[in-house]
Amino acid sequence: MSEPILSIRGLTKTYRGGTRALDAVDLDIHAGEIFALLGPNGAGKTTLIGAVCGLVRPSGGTITAFGHDLARDWRRARARIGLVPQELATDMFETVWRAVAYSQGLFGKPYDPARLEEILKGLSLWDKKDAQIRALSGGMKRRVLIAKALAHEPELLFLDEPTAGVDVELRKGMWDQIAALKQRGVTIILTTHYIEEAELMADRVGIIEGGRIRMVDEKRAMMERLGTTEAVIDLAAPLGEIPPALAGFALELSQAGTRLTYRGGNGEGRGRAEVAQLAQALTRAGIAFTSLDIHDSSLEDIFVGLLGKQAQEAA
Amino acid sequence: MHFNPRSAFAIYQREMSRAFRTAFQSILSPVLTTSLYFVVFGSVIGARMEPVGGVPYGAFIIPGLLMLTLLGETTSNASFGIYMPRFTGTIYELLSAPVGVAETLAGFVGAAATKGLILAAIILATARLFVDYEIAHPLLAMVYIMLVASSFALFGFVLGIWADSFEKLGIIPMLILTPLTFLGGTFYSIRDLPQPWDAIALANPIAFLVSGLRYAFYGVSDVPIAVSLGLTLGFLAVCTIIIAVIFRTGWRLRE
Repeated sequence: MSEPILSIRGLTKTYRGGTRALDAVDLDIHAGEIFALLGPNGAGKTTLIGAVCGLVRPSGGTITAFGHDLARDWRRARARIGLVPQELATDMFETVWRAVAYSQGLFGKPYDPARLEEILKGLSLWDKKDAQIRALSGGMKRRVLIAKALAHEPELLFLDEPTAGVDVELRKGMWDQIAALKQRGVTIILTTHYIEEAELMADRVGIIEGGRIRMVDEKRAMMERLGTTEAVIDLAAPLGEIPPALAGFALELSQAGTRLTYRGGNGEGRGRAEVAQLAQALTRAGIAFTSLDIHDSSLEDIFVGLLGKQAQEAA
Repeated sequence: MHFNPRSAFAIYQREMSRAFRTAFQSILSPVLTTSLYFVVFGSVIGARMEPVGGVPYGAFIIPGLLMLTLLGETTSNASFGIYMPRFTGTIYELLSAPVGVAETLAGFVGAAATKGLILAAIILATARLFVDYEIAHPLLAMVYIMLVASSFALFGFVLGIWADSFEKLGIIPMLILTPLTFLGGTFYSIRDLPQPWDAIALANPIAFLVSGLRYAFYGVSDVPIAVSLGLTLGFLAVCTIIIAVIFRTGWRLRE
């Protein structure tokens, strides 16, 4: 794998009052990937982004971006990083055009109307370029923040809850825009509460909880490793116990012997194959069933399961 | 030392745009207030007053009134300029940009100095409607106004970072700057005060500022111009150092 463009080592942040928001975080981000950082509220996602983007002063550890140590050579590193914050924080009385032009200049780029036009058209904001931001809808305001973050053409873009409070249709539009950014070679780190979003877009997923990175893996590998298939089979007649012919399957009998539940496999289809074999075994054994419902675990199931397991371990 | 002029200019442009957007508050309101002072003290009462130091009373109060408006407006404007982004969260952009204390101050203070000059020009034009005056050292007056505007913009900047409520933001200009300016020889010469009040009045730093501007206007002052200039430069240096420390430590800026 290529050299990481962002390398975080032993990053710690303890706020005044003693809250440890980040606890020895190690993380590498590679060029061109979409990395989804998942975690419950208060897990440390925004603090981690803030530490990289200069909003939070780390208590310890190092952050290296594009080969520059952020503590010493922050100017060069920050010039290549963009941030779309979680809050809709922008000067509401400014026009869209001026707000985005300001961001371009603030990051030291020459005024480039052609580039601004391209960004605004790409985000369907061109018609609103002369409108005051306060007059825009919530979704449009969020797109203005994205436009501002793109004005200096960052190579690494942080999207902190980019689709929070955005309706379903607009959210899909944003996914397209994020995919287009990736196509242009922008590396994206996104935090989201919509795990479906991470499942759909991310190349790699990191799970953070209690200020610690609990797991980082490629989405595919994570789902393969931790994914399961669940099949619920309603029987035509109750069984007293699981027959020996079905002993090779991970089964559970419930509902007074009228329901068989299979849990097993992985995220790569092994479970579905086993469910097919189970159906054949039931037929061979002369056990009739009235319905069969199969459900593959999503990233959300894995996420919830992982956090639940850790909570149990902690208790 | 790194300095990106484009970043500084972006901040400057934004601050100027903010001032023009709130022109009524930034420009018209102080002009109206100052006009009322000129009507009352310049034309009505001033016509019955003896000249002070050879300067007709109506003209004598111009530097003080200009200073009164300049200090209040520049401090308030700069403090709001940095407090509002902190309050609304838009400061994230400044903090995440490759922008240091030099660009930030050049943008904010440059805009404050420009606004100070515009404000002074408008006040002087307004004053012309009520009283006659000649400026003895126009270049010195311009430089001095810019210097004072820059110093108090820096002071306002510190205030805007220190304040954690709108109430605190208003306390210093309202309860300290305005009374000190009134008592700093705006409407009288400190030399005319009886002892020991003349000496006590010199404990007020604003008196030196008013005196300095009055020298630039009419060549007369309560204290030597060099002292006024030195004090202003010293104040500017202290505020700059405080802001540099704030940026270095991230106090009230970075969590």
